[in-house]
Amino acid sequence: MKQKEPKAKPKDLKAVKRQHKSKRAQLFAFAVVFLLLAFIAGALVYQKQKTNEAAQTYQRDKSTFVREHSPAFGNPAAKVEIVEFFDPACETCKEFYPLVKKMMAANPDRIRLYARYAPFHDGSDYVVKMLEAARRQGKFWETLEAVFAAQSSWAPNHHPQPQQVWNHIGGVGLDLTRLRQEMNAPDIEKIIQQDLADAKMLNVNMTPEFFVNGKPLPSFGYEQLRDLVVATLDGVYK
Amino acid sequence: MNPPADAQDHWSLVFACWLLAVVAALGSLFFSEVMGHAPCVLCWYQRICMYPLVLILPAGLFPLDRNIARYALPLSLSGLLLAVFHLLLAAGYIPESIKPCVQGIPCTEVQVVWLGFVTIPLLSAMSFLLISALLILAHHRSTK
Repeated sequence: MKQKEPKAKPKDLKAVKRQHKSKRAQLFAFAVVFLLLAFIAGALVYQKQKTNEAAQTYQRDKSTFVREHSPAFGNPAAKVEIVEFFDPACETCKEFYPLVKKMMAANPDRIRLYARYAPFHDGSDYVVKMLEAARRQGKFWETLEAVFAAQSSWAPNHHPQPQQVWNHIGGVGLDLTRLRQEMNAPDIEKIIQQDLADAKMLNVNMTPEFFVNGKPLPSFGYEQLRDLVVATLDGVYK
Repeated sequence: MNPPADAQDHWSLVFACWLLAVVAALGSLFFSEVMGHAPCVLCWYQRICMYPLVLILPAGLFPLDRNIARYALPLSLSGLLLAVFHLLLAAGYIPESIKPCVQGIPCTEVQVVWLGFVTIPLLSAMSFLLISALLILAHHRSTK
């Protein structure tokens, strides 16, 4: 008996150690799965909350989404309102512009589009000032289209050279002398600051950002925008 | 018949460090990817110190490596220094001229405040401090 004991001991110790190791591995694996699931669940809950919050704010008070000065396009009585924060130097904004127009054409009189300024690129604010001055001549959308059409030449590779825009808006029919005078008016600067403040409020930190009746896109993409617009249309026009 | 108590302790302490690192890493991803707060340059430097811990600490846990502090501590201490620098910058103790931030997302901009004083750089500093302290504690216990 006495001879056996020393032999048994190391065996036992090994077994206990092995058991310990597998317990640790289990604990580790459990922690990995738990933390990842917690992250995903948290993200989903946060997104849902954010969407609801935005929709509620929109129901209560639209002013953060649409200001009196905001350029609008489409039937004023339309029940679906798309608010787009855009930057004239942003390529994706340019890509989305015809797509949004197509959606509006496919649903005549049911969609209204509001443009909000989000000049995030250096130099974009100059172009926004031009656009806002053009709005005062009733030519915002025409000017925007000309600015987008020439975007690759005045803002190559995200480096806007805003002075170059002058070469591309000659065909719009603007009073350019008046535009030059008015674009530096202090109230235009105020409008830009207001739009940027609203963008911050609504957590807009990239362009374009869309809100459809106050709801942000669940994730960015044309399909997501189209689905959200279709769902909203189905909801209000039965 | 448990393994020596100090090995047990050592493992648990390093495991706690790993938990802290994972929570910090996932938390930072939550701030940037879910909440949409763009990380500033200093935040990225701190991430460079935190994210590797998530991967190298488990390498020292299975099997337990008593020297883990030697390669984990340089990361956590560098992160701590950066976080403290960030805190001082945000609090205004360090003048603007030596800000290492590129234009766009200023490091002094405070994006999240909880309970009136908890900011992202503070969370970062606390995480690095705790991880460093636990690693040092584990190292001391194992060398005794």
